[in-house]
Amino acid sequence: MALLSMQAEVKNSEMSDAAGSGRCWSCGAAVDTAAHFCPECDKVQPPAATDYFSIFNLPRRLNLDTARLEKEFYRLSRMLHPDLFGRASSQEQEWSTERSSQLNDAYRALRDPISRTQHLLSLEGFKLEEQSRAATDAARASGGEKKQVVPPELLEEVFELNIQLQELKMGERDPEVMAQLETAKGNFEQRLEALATELRTLWSRWDNAQERHDSTAGRDSLQKMIDLLNRRSYIRNLVRDVKEALAD
Amino acid sequence: MSTQEDIVVGIDLGTTNSLVAYMESSPTVIPGEDGSNLVPSLVALDGKGEIIVGNPSRKQLIEQPERAIYSVKRLMGRGIEDVQEELKLFPFRLAANNRPGEVLRILLGGREFTPPEISAFILRQLKRNAERYFGTAVGKAVITVPAYFNDAQRQATKDAGRIAGLEVLRLVNEPTAAALAYGLDKKKEGIVAVYDLGGGTFDISILKLHEGIFEVIATNGDTHLGGDDIDNLLITIALDDIAGDMKLDLRRNGEAVQAIRKAVIDAKITLSTEEQTAIEVELPGGGRYLRQLTRADFERLAGPVIQRTIAPCKQALADANLTPAQIDEVVLVGGSTRIPRVRQLVRELFQRAPHTELNPDEVVALGAAVQARILAGGSHATRDMLLLDVTPLSLGIEALGGVVAKIIHRNSTIPASATEHFTTGVEGQANVAIHVLQGERELAKDCRSLARFDLKGIPPMPAGLPRIEVKFLIDANGILHVSAREQRSGREAEIDVKPTYGLTDEQVESMILESFDYAEEDFRQRQIVEARNEAETILRALEKGRRGEAWASLTAAERNQIAAAEKELQDARSGEDHKAIRDAIERLNQATLHLAELMMSSAVSSALRGKDMQELSSEGPAAPHPIAPAEIES
Repeated sequence: MALLSMQAEVKNSEMSDAAGSGRCWSCGAAVDTAAHFCPECDKVQPPAATDYFSIFNLPRRLNLDTARLEKEFYRLSRMLHPDLFGRASSQEQEWSTERSSQLNDAYRALRDPISRTQHLLSLEGFKLEEQSRAATDAARASGGEKKQVVPPELLEEVFELNIQLQELKMGERDPEVMAQLETAKGNFEQRLEALATELRTLWSRWDNAQERHDSTAGRDSLQKMIDLLNRRSYIRNLVRDVKEALAD
Repeated sequence: MSTQEDIVVGIDLGTTNSLVAYMESSPTVIPGEDGSNLVPSLVALDGKGEIIVGNPSRKQLIEQPERAIYSVKRLMGRGIEDVQEELKLFPFRLAANNRPGEVLRILLGGREFTPPEISAFILRQLKRNAERYFGTAVGKAVITVPAYFNDAQRQATKDAGRIAGLEVLRLVNEPTAAALAYGLDKKKEGIVAVYDLGGGTFDISILKLHEGIFEVIATNGDTHLGGDDIDNLLITIALDDIAGDMKLDLRRNGEAVQAIRKAVIDAKITLSTEEQTAIEVELPGGGRYLRQLTRADFERLAGPVIQRTIAPCKQALADANLTPAQIDEVVLVGGSTRIPRVRQLVRELFQRAPHTELNPDEVVALGAAVQARILAGGSHATRDMLLLDVTPLSLGIEALGGVVAKIIHRNSTIPASATEHFTTGVEGQANVAIHVLQGERELAKDCRSLARFDLKGIPPMPAGLPRIEVKFLIDANGILHVSAREQRSGREAEIDVKPTYGLTDEQVESMILESFDYAEEDFRQRQIVEARNEAETILRALEKGRRGEAWASLTAAERNQIAAAEKELQDARSGEDHKAIRDAIERLNQATLHLAELMMSSAVSSALRGKDMQELSSEGPAAPHPIAPAEIES
């Protein structure tokens, strides 16, 4: 039974994307990375890089029912988890470990609204993490700080906040400054909540655009999501800084 | 090896005590020869220079503490630089030339052993106990580890299993194992917190139980916090008292320290049920130390140790995104949870009375047996049961500037994986070094170094062009595996792994070879056990034969011959020579051939007289010719 369900999984990830081409781990023949068996030696191939939505047999939509996702996660876990391959060959054990790690990674990514959005963006060709890391590395290499573009609507508030943070660092813990920082923190937290709501609206725009096969509207919603996530991470860092300053 | 279906046992390899358990229809702890379920995690050398384990080494610990080792679990997967605190409190004797970043070597009777080798002695004893119980070889096990054990500590435990001749099918986290045992037949649903305070480690795990799935949501802990720490506080006080009042410095007197240790442990245990007790020790030179201790005093002393469990609990709750009110049940595990102050603290933390009906010493081993059953193919009781555990610590790689880039976050369900891409900084660069770490801190120097990988054989290309894909995979044991591929050439990159605190495969192999000396002894023991079991079977069958009609048809000479062979086997059975037992079995077999024939034919004729087969098989032809079990080949 476990083997049959593996086959079902195989089909799923055949539909998924796979970057580049590879060679068989066993005989070295050229193998399409989406294929699960080597055409030359018939050996099973490691799982291909995949689309997390397809692991759950879901379309690339951002509004999803997390209760159903959990149920499906449990169902697939009962088929793929290495505990079920305790008496199988070591190769099967290895692939079950890999497949089940992919399932766990997929579940983790999809159940969280932010990482779900990020995963979709990367599937759609936006390389968020690499951009961010490249910027971080470049900044470190040049000895500077990573340049963060301040969202224009926050300029004034952030300017104010930095002065308050400076004051706190310089001298004694002035209760008035502390109170101002508390207020600022509250304001930023409210903004984060507003962004969460805004994100859901963008999700629906993407989902609708997919239904209508409107790729222009789809791309536009994705671009807006990137801007939103950037603003969100900027504000989150501010909240973190304020929290640290207040706790010191 | 045995032709029988492989037995998979569950083992709790504890700081203070170890246990082995097995599950047929329900999990049971397998007792040792002395009838005790607990095997103290104590390894010593006896007068003849042979290794002894468990209760028999207690005497050695008191009389010749330099020839005994306890609490070795505290040293698993650690380097000399990690154990400085431990060395102040525990009488570990380390080899003189231990170097930072290397696996520790401990002295025992002039020989050097690594912590996995010492643990292997304990595992071998448990394996022997199980083999004695089943009368057959036991080669597979599930071993439990503290949930908060890092990669090196887990690997060290797995190595210990291999050295002891056990195939370790799975490492299971102790609190998770406890939850398995707890939830087994109760068909529990909801959120369960497991608070596990043992001899040397503390874990807190929060699980969601749903339709047989045991999903760990968050775990936290401290691998150097336990009942041992309380003992050490009390020992220090006693030593100070003695030094002050009696002007007697016993700090360097191993025997006296062990006598005091035993006395304070007794007092600690008494105070779990009594309000007051006395610590009483005979001192070298005829003196006597006596100190009254009330429970209130004890709690004041132990308080700070017990309080250290609060922060991990709060962190686990925060990580699980739950409030104490959302926890449905709290389960206590580990001997130290017998301390009333601990129970009170748990009650306050989780705002409910914890479950205390389970035996906190045994529940982890029972859970390990449940998981062993699942891995061996399951049974009706374990049907639908599936464990989804998490990795306790974040995995990261060292990036520019010594900061850690996290690639797998703590509390991720395992197996878990992450793929990272690396490139070269210089034209024609053939190697890329990667430093893998575990921990929550921002800087590499504050995290635990797991290994350094050297990616080699990168095809010559301009800087930045190679694209090396490195896959990090944490398996269901919580152990990391790494593989790498240069994507442009599609070539599997070569990885040189230098485990920071672990043993290399070659080292483990050579330890397995060395352990054959001990394995031979195991093998001999097992052959005796098996021969004895077989002797029992044939003697019982003969008893039965004597009561049947066939017995009367034998000649007096035949009966005398049988009686003589029976006596011979009974004598041989109590001896230590398995060959003698086997020879005696064979002689009794020969002597009873005629009896067996008669019993067979009388069974057949009684069948012809109209008895149904059901009756026959129950009272039936118990011929003293059981099919001999397969001989074990090593």
